[in-house]
Amino acid sequence: MAENIENKLDKIEKNLLKAIADIEKTPMGAFNIRENGKGIARNTTANIDIVTKQDKPGIDIIVKPNTQNESVHIPVLLTESGFNDVVYNDFYIGENANVVIVAGCGIHNSSCETSEHDGIHTFHLAKGAKVKYVEKHYGEGNGTGDRILNPQTIVFLEDGATLEMETVQIKGVTSTIRETKGELGDNSNLVITERIMTHENQTAKTIFDVNLNGENSSVHVASRSIARDNSVQEFISNVNGNNKCFGHVECDAIIMDKAKVTSTPKIVANHVDASLVHEAAIGKIAGEQIIKLMSLGLTEKEAEEQIISGFLK
Amino acid sequence: MLELKDISFARDNKQILNHINLKIDNSKLIAITGPNGSGKSTLAKIIMGILVPDSGSIFFEGTEITKMSITDRAKLGIGFAFQQPVKFKGLTVKDLIELASGNQIKLSEACDFLSDVGLCAKDYLDREISSSLSGGELKRIEIAMLAAKKSKLTVFDEPEAGIDLWSFNNLIGIFEKMHKEIKDSSIVIISHQEKILNIADEIVLLSDGEIEAVGQKDEVLPLLLNRAKKPCKVMLDKGGNA
Repeated sequence: MAENIENKLDKIEKNLLKAIADIEKTPMGAFNIRENGKGIARNTTANIDIVTKQDKPGIDIIVKPNTQNESVHIPVLLTESGFNDVVYNDFYIGENANVVIVAGCGIHNSSCETSEHDGIHTFHLAKGAKVKYVEKHYGEGNGTGDRILNPQTIVFLEDGATLEMETVQIKGVTSTIRETKGELGDNSNLVITERIMTHENQTAKTIFDVNLNGENSSVHVASRSIARDNSVQEFISNVNGNNKCFGHVECDAIIMDKAKVTSTPKIVANHVDASLVHEAAIGKIAGEQIIKLMSLGLTEKEAEEQIISGFLK
Repeated sequence: MLELKDISFARDNKQILNHINLKIDNSKLIAITGPNGSGKSTLAKIIMGILVPDSGSIFFEGTEITKMSITDRAKLGIGFAFQQPVKFKGLTVKDLIELASGNQIKLSEACDFLSDVGLCAKDYLDREISSSLSGGELKRIEIAMLAAKKSKLTVFDEPEAGIDLWSFNNLIGIFEKMHKEIKDSSIVIISHQEKILNIADEIVLLSDGEIEAVGQKDEVLPLLLNRAKKPCKVMLDKGGNA
């Protein structure tokens, strides 16, 4: 019987959960909810086990081979100001399993002290396993204290495994360094979709480091970001083609106000049959896009909002 | 419905429009034609408010709109189909058709707008308006958008550009349908296509930024054909036979 979380959470916690994991009531399937460094609710299923680590903070999530269409929610909440939470979550996905994993961290900081969460997630996908991994980061609160999130995602894909990762950070995070590393085996496929928006004086740095080691392995990274006000963004990608493989990195940024964006693409072919493509574009919202939407009856501001929300969809 | 009074527009020391006076009545399908560089697209953009004339005034249904924004003109009932449709990363065909119609539309309605331009809604509604679509597809979606907007006055800037001839024959039907279905509405089509000129109630011939003629097909087409036969002035000046 799953634990009922509804009575355990206050309004702030419920809002954070809704923002990062779309959870409004007790989720179906396996879950582990962590708040201010401690697990506050957990559920396991016949096929998915969640075990607390003994040597360091964090959990192991073990999915049995051939598990089909189950989900795991592991959101993290930070509501205590001045808290620095580091957590190691390791996912072991059995052969031919097919699961959805929803992670993410929400910080509510209403003081002047810094709140920080560093989540290190390592995925081990066995042969033929498929994972859809959704990760959202969100910050709120009236305090002047920084809200810092430094997620790391490390992915090991065995023969024929596929991981599709959607990562979103739209609001309220003062500073972030987001690192994703991938080691891909034969016939494996990694798809990463990233959406970031920064405001005010926020900074965001994204680093992708992918080794296409296996024959017919492939990676597709699509990053879209919007930098507003005085915010600063940096995008670094490094894809190494070490076998017959395909890699495609696409990085688009809209720059506004006094923001700064740097994009550093690097593709390295270490094999004659490695096919690697990088596309990068940075620019302000095209004037003709605004004009087109105004000619449909939107004001300039509405047109800008429509373009931004579409871009980050 | 629309009146342009003494409109002039110059850029980079070149007079693009020179004292244009033009009246467009209700329920008319007007074709504006003329050689490249004659000022047709500039005139269309001035009607929508994308360009502001250096002098002259514009009236729409009795209200002066010369200084009115694009948004206000759109709300008042003017629509504009771009010659080169704008691309949007992230916005879908459905998003744009909904924005054009001003509210959420039923799947069947969206389907009608798209099938009128020869596109299957099922395949296109969720597609991004981006480089993943061909020039011809973007152009048809642009026309579907304007059909969804249901403006009192719609200006199409070279709708045939980028569309194959076979599809274009079908598109003619859309202009006629819009013209019929939206009560008292008028359509202005900037075009070189004889088929468009054939369906127009009136043809405006623009040349070197001036209106050379306004009239029925029988009156204006011969003038157009004569223009095409005229020898090249530069060659004549050099003493050649052109």
